[in-house]
Amino acid sequence: MKPVKNKSIIPGFGLSFGLTITILSLVVLLPLCSLVVFTLKLTPSEFLYTITRPRVLSGYRVSILTALAASLVNAVMGLVMAWVLVRYEFPGKKIIDGIIELPFALPTAVAGISLTHLTTTNGWVGKIFYERFGIRIAYTRLGITIALIFIGIPFVVRSVQPVLEKVDLQYEEAAMILGADRRTTFLRVIFPEILPSLISGFTLAFARSIGEYGSVVFIAGNTPYETEIAPLLIMSELQEFDYTAATSIALVMLAIAFVILSVNAVLQSIVSRRVSGLA
Amino acid sequence: MKLRNNSGPAKWILILLVSIFLAVFLILPLVYILMTALGRGLGVYRAAVTDPYAVKALLLTLRATLWAVAVNTLFGIAAAWCLTKYAFRGKKIISTLIDLPVTVSPIIAGLIYVLTFGRQSFLYPILDSRGIQIIFAVPGIILATIFVTFPFISRELIPVLTAQGTDEEEAAALMGAGTWTIFRRVTFPHIKWALLYGIVLCTARAMGEFGAVSVLSGHLRGKTNTLPLYIELLYQGYDFTGAFAASSLLVIMAVIVLILRIFLEHRGKKELDLHK
Repeated sequence: MKPVKNKSIIPGFGLSFGLTITILSLVVLLPLCSLVVFTLKLTPSEFLYTITRPRVLSGYRVSILTALAASLVNAVMGLVMAWVLVRYEFPGKKIIDGIIELPFALPTAVAGISLTHLTTTNGWVGKIFYERFGIRIAYTRLGITIALIFIGIPFVVRSVQPVLEKVDLQYEEAAMILGADRRTTFLRVIFPEILPSLISGFTLAFARSIGEYGSVVFIAGNTPYETEIAPLLIMSELQEFDYTAATSIALVMLAIAFVILSVNAVLQSIVSRRVSGLA
Repeated sequence: MKLRNNSGPAKWILILLVSIFLAVFLILPLVYILMTALGRGLGVYRAAVTDPYAVKALLLTLRATLWAVAVNTLFGIAAAWCLTKYAFRGKKIISTLIDLPVTVSPIIAGLIYVLTFGRQSFLYPILDSRGIQIIFAVPGIILATIFVTFPFISRELIPVLTAQGTDEEEAAALMGAGTWTIFRRVTFPHIKWALLYGIVLCTARAMGEFGAVSVLSGHLRGKTNTLPLYIELLYQGYDFTGAFAASSLLVIMAVIVLILRIFLEHRGKKELDLHK
């Protein structure tokens, strides 16, 4: 390895760099390396056999579909919440702004059992839906989606809010003076400005939702092929000490997360180029 | 301003929509926990939260949280200082690795620690011969907690230190101040609110971590059960009052965190404005 050179006159480089690398190696690099080492020991046939089992494929499908549905709801509601918080003044605004962060502060398992109890067929909310519309929420994919909406709420708001705050009102005024109605102004002037942040908030929520476990495991009911999510499959393989299968399923999940984050990076560059008029 | 005021009915419809959405998704579950916890009277509640196993679970959770906060504070300060005050190659890789733990599923976080310290790992014979057990024991729980909260403090410090630049530290160094003096007298005053904020976020996440800890815990009541795992155990045993009573402790923690967050953000902004 090349020696790390540093010309700054501020002392303490060795100490801080050493501490950073030591702790980083122990906490992140070492486990990551053992994942790589273990992966290299997997044979392709073992790997393919595990990840193409119908139950595993169904787990991926359930995870992706529910995460997608929840993130779409959060994208729309997140945009509305960001808009309300930035553009309007009203009593209780500070409280709403604070409450949005709750899913980050409340432990996922606690949220999970509470949402489950509320949405079973004799829970406060579940009862209404079951008796009026015949819809079951807990122990169905709808239930999983509800839990994922809960944990994903802050992502889109916190991503769009700061960008929307910086959008210059002059452009909107100009558009309105030039005769655009409010819808056109929003769609053609404001929306393109906040689109990159909306996409990245959506992506973060989506990536988080796919891996979520604590809040989902209670409400899902975990019926194979129906409401069994991929992280739960990893968990059950681990409980049977089948590390090969657990690692194989996990590798595909890591690949999915990587693809999601890469698509986001590509979209960001396309959208920002279009907004700045280079494309 | 005109644009803000002429959106009469739309404004209130949107505010109402947001309020209903947040009331149903966030407030209702919170209220439900507290009501179920207290539903069978204060006596039952008190018995549930002072159950020796509940107290042990709480103590283990606090222990893991303290470790996570201590390690991540040390790491956060070192990493933020190192990444913002000096120029060297490989910064991008280091910051990607720091952020990695929050992008992987908690279950996968648990899995990679099992692969590292489990029976099939090359480290296992070495550790085993010294009688050190990591997975399915307390050290595993502590490691998992450190892992899932890893970037929380450095991520709060890096933007503050980047904005502050290096001029003040350089001046102090030229005047002969040592590392510790520079940090304590020059850098620390800038980052204290951000640091406190990071610690609050780290504490909240550490106390509530479920997935990763669940993989690494041996699920032994009174030994390797953290509070969230204890809640799961009660819930699966149909002791709902007990589960929600134990949950209420974490709800109180979450509410305190939210209040602290608002306060610290306010203080942090004030500080930033003073420097402008």
